Amino acid sequence: MLASLDPSQPRPLRAIAVLAAIAVAVAVAFMTIGANGQWDFVLSFRGSKLAAMALVGYAIAVSTVLFQTITANRILTPAIMGLDSLFILIQTSLVFALGSGRVALIAPQAMFLVHCAAMIGFSWLLYRTLFSGRLQSLHLVMLVGLVLGVLFRSLATLMQRIMSPNEFIVLQDRLFANFNAVNTDVLLISAVAVAAATMLGWRSLRTFDVLALGRDAAISLGVDYKATVTLVLIIVAVLVSVSTALVGPVTFFGLLVASLAYRIAGSSKHIHVLPVAVLLAITALIGGQLVLERVFALNTALSIIIEFAGGIAFIILTLRSAR
Amino acid sequence: MIVTTNLTKTYGSAVVVNDVSLKLPRGGVTSIIGSNGAGKSTLLALASRLLPATSGSVTIDGLDVTTTPGDMLARRLSILRQDNHIAARLTIRDLVAFGRYPHSKGRMTADDEKMVSDAIRYLGLEALSDRFLDEISGGQRQRAFVAMVLAQDTDYVLLDEPLNNLDMKHAVSMMKLIRRIADELSKTFVLVLHDINFASIYSDHIVAMREGTVVRQGTPREIVRSDVLNQIFGIDIAIHEIDGHRIGLYYV
Repeated sequence: MLASLDPSQPRPLRAIAVLAAIAVAVAVAFMTIGANGQWDFVLSFRGSKLAAMALVGYAIAVSTVLFQTITANRILTPAIMGLDSLFILIQTSLVFALGSGRVALIAPQAMFLVHCAAMIGFSWLLYRTLFSGRLQSLHLVMLVGLVLGVLFRSLATLMQRIMSPNEFIVLQDRLFANFNAVNTDVLLISAVAVAAATMLGWRSLRTFDVLALGRDAAISLGVDYKATVTLVLIIVAVLVSVSTALVGPVTFFGLLVASLAYRIAGSSKHIHVLPVAVLLAITALIGGQLVLERVFALNTALSIIIEFAGGIAFIILTLRSAR
Repeated sequence: MIVTTNLTKTYGSAVVVNDVSLKLPRGGVTSIIGSNGAGKSTLLALASRLLPATSGSVTIDGLDVTTTPGDMLARRLSILRQDNHIAARLTIRDLVAFGRYPHSKGRMTADDEKMVSDAIRYLGLEALSDRFLDEISGGQRQRAFVAMVLAQDTDYVLLDEPLNNLDMKHAVSMMKLIRRIADELSKTFVLVLHDINFASIYSDHIVAMREGTVVRQGTPREIVRSDVLNQIFGIDIAIHEIDGHRIGLYYV
């Protein structure tokens, strides 16, 4: 560990080593601070929370960085594709059609698979129908995703208006990002999905670097553009499904960690940026939850703090790129 | 040899490239000239598979560009378009190193590093090689992109307006460099040029386009003539022979 802090090491590796050390320290603190009483209960209770936050941090960081790579735009997040609106629509229609009582009976794992399949199917369809035709523009795909996202959200709002208030409260609970009540039933299946997505992308890490040069340059350098972008969209869909299934939709957090990661890594290679972004995300989530539980005594929600900080970062980024 | 057969590109009802059949021989410098919107850049993009053709085909040394695997083509043909915008923050050296990707697949060997350094030196960018692309001038950035294409080390190099943003000194040295590489390393350059005098002095072959079709092609001596240029551009250009070069006076 100390050897890798050697200043002669390249900056990205030093950054990764320092961030890894911080992440481990925060995780240890989260597991132990204020723990009195039965250790086996405390460790398994906090352990599953910790694992969920690590998975969510990983999923959000990787999906945002990869999405920004294929769109060659550093103020976009996968949320623009309407993926989380799709999540809201699915949840709302289930509660609307079946009633909250019966929805509660659906096995969380099955629900997870439904979300995963819907999101992957949606991005694949969007991409296929638009990209294989005459209109070869990824930005058009994004734009249609954006419009469909608004449609999903409006449909969901319509159903929420006409459902009974009791059902609505149950639904709302499911829709807000909540790091206190992590959906631990789907931890294992989420971990498997994240591992699968990682393996899909692993071999193409260096190709992703070339994609950041833009479509024309990537094709000129021999990258199979359509295949690589499809691969990234599938990976992003899996990762977004994982994070929304575990804690609900999160908008600005990915943007925050991705833009910090580019700055801290001091390199634009994915092999450097991705670990930095993942470690930042995990540290922020666990550290934030730790502060929330121990300092604010659970008086507020982590997602509110995160979205607040993320929103400010977004405004700063937009202003800076406008100059 | 680059061969296009009945190559056509349309956007809706607008025909941008209209039934172009061309044979560009291997070796030497070919310049494509013509007014704005004549279809020069589109022709280059079609030839390099960046755009799919509406009909017709393009082959590079007998390989069809639409069916040959991308990485195989990338070792034979490189293209640089206008307006290259990159979201990632890269140094000149990082950018030029991407030129080696078709060969190294991201794992750079000592040979790759040497090719990168050579390309940077050819374009006179050694002193700037660690500067970020957003910290240098438009002309320097243009040279950095050309260096990336040279590092790709392909037999065919297609450059869309390589003199974009360059001052007189660097425009001349860019054309001299292209001429030298074409002669010494027997590479084939296809350039889109706006300045007919650069085309006249530095190319072996000129292709003239108008409204999507090739109207004339031939040696500079055959093309750089008042009557031919009038047919291509629709303006009167007086041609003077200066030090053995045919120079068009189009400013007045």
